[in-house]
Amino acid sequence: MRSLWLQVAAVTAINLKSIGQRRWLSLSTVIAIALVVIVLLAFLAMANGFQRTIAGSGADDMAIVLRAGSQAEINSTVSRDQVRLIEDGPGIARGSDGKPLISPELYLVVDGIKRTTKTKANLPLRGIGEQGSELRKDVRITAGRMFNRGSNEVVVGKALLQEFEGLDLGSTVSFGATRWNVVGVFEAGGSVFESEIWADLNVVQSLFNRNNIVQTVRARLTGPAALDELKSYSDNDPRLKLDVKSEAAYFAEQASQTSDLIQKLGWPLAIAMALGAVAGALNTMYSSVAARATEIATLRAIGFGGFPAFVGTLAESLLLAVIGGLLGAAATYLIFDGVTASTLGGNFTQVVFDFKLSPWLIAEGVALALIVGLIGGLFPALRAARLPIVEGLYAN
Amino acid sequence: MTAEHPMVRLTGVAKRFTKGKETISIFDHLDLAIPRGDFIAVMGPSGSGKTTLLNLLGGIDRADAGEIAVADQRIDGLSEGELAAWRAANVGFIFQFYNLMPMLTAAQNVELPLLLTKLRSKERAERVHTALSVVGLADRIKHRPREMSGGQQQRVAIARAIVSDPNLLLCDEPTGDLDRQSADEILTILQLLNGELGKTIVMVTHDPAAANYAKRVLHLDKGRFVERELAA
Repeated sequence: MRSLWLQVAAVTAINLKSIGQRRWLSLSTVIAIALVVIVLLAFLAMANGFQRTIAGSGADDMAIVLRAGSQAEINSTVSRDQVRLIEDGPGIARGSDGKPLISPELYLVVDGIKRTTKTKANLPLRGIGEQGSELRKDVRITAGRMFNRGSNEVVVGKALLQEFEGLDLGSTVSFGATRWNVVGVFEAGGSVFESEIWADLNVVQSLFNRNNIVQTVRARLTGPAALDELKSYSDNDPRLKLDVKSEAAYFAEQASQTSDLIQKLGWPLAIAMALGAVAGALNTMYSSVAARATEIATLRAIGFGGFPAFVGTLAESLLLAVIGGLLGAAATYLIFDGVTASTLGGNFTQVVFDFKLSPWLIAEGVALALIVGLIGGLFPALRAARLPIVEGLYAN
Repeated sequence: MTAEHPMVRLTGVAKRFTKGKETISIFDHLDLAIPRGDFIAVMGPSGSGKTTLLNLLGGIDRADAGEIAVADQRIDGLSEGELAAWRAANVGFIFQFYNLMPMLTAAQNVELPLLLTKLRSKERAERVHTALSVVGLADRIKHRPREMSGGQQQRVAIARAIVSDPNLLLCDEPTGDLDRQSADEILTILQLLNGELGKTIVMVTHDPAAANYAKRVLHLDKGRFVERELAA
């Protein structure tokens, strides 16, 4: 057994040391595999970044109330009477003044212009209740001030400001038939709320003719366990045909739809490219076996077995694949990680997010590279193991 | 080893090659006995089967019929794995173009057959040094093939062939790629290995001058041997 492993180590070392003699062909395989990994990881980083942005926005002790069956805020309506009933519901936390900590909100779509492409896009304008900003994590005005209640003023999320023009602090912007003054810029811990424009609920209702309705109600719970109480209360009151979810669960649902879609696009594309890379790897490794035929046959003549030749060839293929995989991961990290982009979210408005690689995603990319290397090396390795000695000795 | 127990014995060996629909017979009922300690040069026209004979003796090709025995052991019935083990223990190969691993040093090339043994690293290193000393290259152990002349490379190949102390050396045109002076040096080493260490050597060559270093010359023509004793 020791001899076998010595043989394997020797043949593998010989193979790996000879890669330089086939540097261009090997390099082309490395690049092909790297490109596969870049495509895959770019999509996965996009999905991951989107998911982190959306899913990271919600809290377990925050309830979001929508019309029963609504998948998103955009197609939900909650009446003024229902808001009052929610205010009196169980499990809702109250402030020091005894008022329930809730924020009825109206979510509208307005036009914006993307800085990079100068194209129109849907932006979310959210009318928030008095406690709207306090009910969200890490909200902070970074420039200017908060809008005044009762005035046509807006504050703009930091991410949205980076991606869309015409929303700079101090500027005036038209939404519908009304002009709005941008009086502040806010951040919200990198969450989806940074992709929104906020204004006073009453003003938005009034100027967009939605006087008696809101679309959602956000309510601070006394604790995560209070959600079931509120749900039960809603389910048992016929006047409340509403869905009550934790904000965390709501955003997780929202994120999974789009990130699943991104992944469903990314994987097939990467797999299609991987098939091409497998063909390249096969070509490289068959060429490698052909170039090393005399060496392989000489070792076999000396007394080496076929297994070391098999392992050595496979090791070469896997090494090229790992190099390609790591190169692809490094390139993806340098090119895409942290890049800001925007896409349509569940509310048909733009969500601004950063591409985000993670160690697990890199592992997925390298795993795909290894699969390419394994398949690309397997058949040439079998050929190396079965190469007739006489044929190999006189091959070159 | 007596005439009844030769080092190499071929009995009724046949070898055919198929080329398209045509079958070419190289040997048909070939008999040969080579005593232990002999040094034989095999000559003959191209295509006469010299190299095929060497491959059969070395267990890297198979006969279509007949028996092949080396040191009284039949090798024609061994499996691929058994043949590989047998080659590792009993045969040293020397090729026309040396067949060294270009990325390995002289010492690493010579060590390769020892990786098939149970020897420890230190013992292997000692044996490698001894083998390279025998061929006069103890000072070149860290040189790679491209840093050596053709004659030096062939000497490394000889060291590789003898490092595991096989009884039979099979040389396929060992001087075919060398100038006269280097060829003479190689042939002198082979003579030394035969005379001093008792190695049985079968050498295929086209070169009559090389053949003169052997004890006997066998001419292979149309599948039959014609023997010529050398005066020297």
